[in-house]
Amino acid sequence: MIKKITVGLATCGISSGAMPVYNELKKANLPVEKVGCIGMCYNEPIVTVIKEKSKEIYGNVTERNVKDLIDCIKKNKMCRELFIAKNIDSLNFYKKQKRIVMENCGIINPDKIEDYLEKGGYSSLKKALSLTPAEVIKEILDAELRGRGGAGFSTGKKWQIIAKKKGEKYLICNGDEGDPGAFMNRALMESDPFRIIEGMTIGSYATNAKEGIIYTRAEYPLAIKTLQNAIDLAYKNNLLGKNILGKKGFDFELKIIKGAGAFVCGEETAMIRSIEGKRGHPMSRPPYPGEKGLYRKPTNVNNVGTWGHVTTIFKIGLKEYKKIGTKNTKGTKILCLTGKVKRTGVIEVPFGIKIKEIVFSIGGGCPDNTKFKALLSGGPAGGCLTKKDLENPLDFEVMASLGTIMGSGGFIITNNTSCMVSVAKYFTSFTQEESCGKCTPCREGTKRLLEMLTQISRGNGTEETLKRIQELAEFVQDTSLCGLGQNAPNPIISTLKHFKKEYIMHIKEKKCSAGVCEALLSYTINENCVGCGACSKVCPVNAIEGKQKKMHIIDQEKCIKCGQCYIVCAFKAIEKK
Amino acid sequence: MKKAKKQNSEKIKFILDNKEVEGKRGEYLLDVAKRHNIEIPHICTNERLERIGSCRLCVVEIQGMKRLAPSCSTYIREGMVVNTRSPRVLKARRINIELLLANHDRDCLTCNQNLNCKLQRYSEDLLIHKIRYEGEKRKEKKDKSSISIWRDNEKCILCEQCTRVCNGIQTVYAIGKQNRGFDMKVAPPLGLNMEKSNCVNCGQCVIVCPTGALSENSDIEEVTNALNSGKFLVAQTAPSIRATLGECFNMKPGTVVTGKMVAALKAIGFDKVFSTDFAADITIVEEATEFVKRFKENRDLPMITTCCPAWIKFAEQFYFEQLNHMSSCRSPQAMLASLVKTYYAKKINKKPKDIIVVDIMPCTAKKFEIQRDEFKGEADYVLTTVELAKLIKQYNIDFVNLEKEEFDNPLGESTGAGTIFGKTGGVMEAALRTAADYLTKKDLRKIDYKQIRGFGTIKEGSIKLAGKEIKVCAVHTLGEARKIMEDIREGNCAYHFVEIMACYGGCIGGGGQPRYDDIENLKQRQKAIIDNDKKTKIRKSHLNPSVIKIYKEYIGKPGQKRAHRLLHTKYKKRCYL
Repeated sequence: MIKKITVGLATCGISSGAMPVYNELKKANLPVEKVGCIGMCYNEPIVTVIKEKSKEIYGNVTERNVKDLIDCIKKNKMCRELFIAKNIDSLNFYKKQKRIVMENCGIINPDKIEDYLEKGGYSSLKKALSLTPAEVIKEILDAELRGRGGAGFSTGKKWQIIAKKKGEKYLICNGDEGDPGAFMNRALMESDPFRIIEGMTIGSYATNAKEGIIYTRAEYPLAIKTLQNAIDLAYKNNLLGKNILGKKGFDFELKIIKGAGAFVCGEETAMIRSIEGKRGHPMSRPPYPGEKGLYRKPTNVNNVGTWGHVTTIFKIGLKEYKKIGTKNTKGTKILCLTGKVKRTGVIEVPFGIKIKEIVFSIGGGCPDNTKFKALLSGGPAGGCLTKKDLENPLDFEVMASLGTIMGSGGFIITNNTSCMVSVAKYFTSFTQEESCGKCTPCREGTKRLLEMLTQISRGNGTEETLKRIQELAEFVQDTSLCGLGQNAPNPIISTLKHFKKEYIMHIKEKKCSAGVCEALLSYTINENCVGCGACSKVCPVNAIEGKQKKMHIIDQEKCIKCGQCYIVCAFKAIEKK
Repeated sequence: MKKAKKQNSEKIKFILDNKEVEGKRGEYLLDVAKRHNIEIPHICTNERLERIGSCRLCVVEIQGMKRLAPSCSTYIREGMVVNTRSPRVLKARRINIELLLANHDRDCLTCNQNLNCKLQRYSEDLLIHKIRYEGEKRKEKKDKSSISIWRDNEKCILCEQCTRVCNGIQTVYAIGKQNRGFDMKVAPPLGLNMEKSNCVNCGQCVIVCPTGALSENSDIEEVTNALNSGKFLVAQTAPSIRATLGECFNMKPGTVVTGKMVAALKAIGFDKVFSTDFAADITIVEEATEFVKRFKENRDLPMITTCCPAWIKFAEQFYFEQLNHMSSCRSPQAMLASLVKTYYAKKINKKPKDIIVVDIMPCTAKKFEIQRDEFKGEADYVLTTVELAKLIKQYNIDFVNLEKEEFDNPLGESTGAGTIFGKTGGVMEAALRTAADYLTKKDLRKIDYKQIRGFGTIKEGSIKLAGKEIKVCAVHTLGEARKIMEDIREGNCAYHFVEIMACYGGCIGGGGQPRYDDIENLKQRQKAIIDNDKKTKIRKSHLNPSVIKIYKEYIGKPGQKRAHRLLHTKYKKRCYL
């Protein structure tokens, strides 16, 4: 008998078309239930049929083929075309993962507190309440929990600082995830909101901060809706508000504040100003938020992932938690695997796992037998790891020693169809647009860096340009006010270090080996041409000539490299080099 | 409290450019360095403004720190080793200036602030001979809509001093930061121009601007035309000009140049040079009369002075419901202009339209004041101190070596009380000298009211006269004025008489004065004014023989019919954003 059928309805699922699937299943009178994101982006939309004794997971279910699935379900048969696995653990994607924070993601309905409680939710808070606040902080210190936002600072130490302060103080959950290629915070907020709230409540008990704020971007409407619903439910169940769980004097008020969509507001001082209703500009430190933060009161800011870990530490116990990870860094890290990789998605891996395993065992390597080129970590603030770096274990310090950062955890894979100059250009254009404009190096420097990179990608660069880029990039790193500026040149410096040859090729040979930089490409016609004339018809500048049924020729002087002929040719007769 | 004090005086030793130096805990590196004769270049830092560390020009190398640190916002620490001129630091500063110049129109030779520009100075100091970064530049039209202040965003380097003054200190909120990254700019909100904004024309932004992005709306050309028009030209000089004009000719701050100023104006071609101080004496007579009347009737108290046109516009905009507290007296400038066109015109047998009155003022807001409907046809032009210096230079006058000359009569004789109008607290002190005599009907010996001198933001005082206590207070900057007005609105204001000046330090720090680097400079100007007062024989306005004479001859009794027509005015409600 079918117990229930779950459909992944996080943002990733919905954008792949899970909503109509859900509606169809509902129309068919099946016991369908909404769940969050299980992490397998490459298989979305995902439908799981849960029976008395077994499970069947179906992937890539669309509006079109959902009818077949319904038929099969009604006939109590397995739908072979869409079937993925009986259990996620049997999939290569999950074999090397260690899901302790994301254990509920894609399993429970994030809108129902009963589901969370059933999975052992709020047992952590109860455990914490049986200790004194100082003991709670000691647990976190003993667990050696480090911030998952990127810098990896000790969470326990941060808590200690504000726990000592008297009077009003604030806890903030940083959910302003803005890096290109990072969506793990969104996944967690949408799929297991109570875990974050519970973590913050434990933090409130430990630090005696009576007010908490979850700051997230307005571009995450579903995360906001889910979180708000969860907060409301927590209030109703005496898990937020006054005298939480009957503990006299333990009050915690929690609310959500929406950011207006500025990457820089992920920086804590800029975020604090944004919450205060001011322009999201970073401030010089000191004073640190722990001293003078929100409304000039002591404030503790932790990432979504960190709060999730707080709950997990108390849930699985210190002993179990400390078994996971490396000497320096305990626990797991939630990562986003994207780019030119077969299996994309949100994954949770233990620290110390070889980076190679993430890319090849979990990700399945590059698609279509293409060659792996680099792994970009840390988004626009990070750098790249080449093939030889992949032997290293995943760790904050190791990543730093390799010239990149862990960052929030976005891992973007590139292959031989990616041009590293363009990658650097892309990230620089991102930081340049997202720079708040306050300090000179970031505001003016990133603009000039972008201009010089554009010159190179258009074939107008010289070796002098390269020198200037290097010099200016180091200057921006050295003198910018906040992390955004200080790390903005990282992709440039890193790609220059590992892929200088590509830059030189753009400059000297005026060629882009990956075939990405439009200005450096040339289109030619080879002997496959049958003279159909399709290309000459589509060419907007009449650069293609040739008689019918005879080989055509592209006039290179006229060609504007729009690529229309390449798209339209049915005989693979047009070459792009 | 005691502990904190002890900490503040704690001595800290550290190495600064290979020398051991000493500072106190909580001091910034930039300030300690300055005390030890090391002038670290800085653009965005100003003693009076909150430090934001945005220009990054003041970076220094601190041993053990990964990045260069901004000395303006880095606290000194015991044993730190600082290098303010290492090759790395100098290179960073050069690139910084180069970046600023790359986005600047660089037309120094035709710039309003040529030779008066920090960017220009540092470009020279740091040997910038070439700007290596050529690319997109900020393109914007000059905003010449305001009668008082011109804004040229192509010259703006976004140090945010103007916005910090306008919003933080003046609370006028006429301008703010807009857009982000490379597109960031400073402008009035909603795409409005300066004329339509909240701007009260105080010019405090002009005086802090390090470049030519802000300058006064110049009337030099109009005045030179008037000088050659064959009409009868009268100049009046405000009390504070004598203490600041010398600075424009590289004289020491605080040099009093009254005689040279009069001589220069005569050399330029003014037929008569009168002193606004004379009108200041009349103002006191009128104001003291008005105050004594209000005090006796206990009506519309506190009474607030109205010499400052920026303050008047501020009150009309933000506190139009409380305009009854304003004294109805015109500003001294408007009184003198009105007397020239009536009393003096009759005396020399000329039609008012054949006389041109040029006001030499410390103030950009006076340019706005003379165009108010109430004063149309009285004063014709306003030149600021800076503009007068430019005019003197244009007329090939060797100012420093000029022989002294005296003001013309009958509108030139003044008392020490008139002179101290040039600094904060001066009007109040002068008024008290007269009011005390009026109330006691004696010639009191007490002349100095030291409690309302200095740079304190709200300077309170109280005097006991004829068994009654009069509580007074002198306020400078509009942010402080706002507090007083809020108190009045709430009914919490215990004062009877309040002096308000919009600019920091009063008129000696006016928007039309030469730019000053530190408050020490301003203190010298203030000292000059006080010394000037001390040296005069008559130090009470109502004892000025010329004033007594003009009342007898022409005006009649203070506060009566003719006095009202000539010397008083009305205020109106204005809108604000």
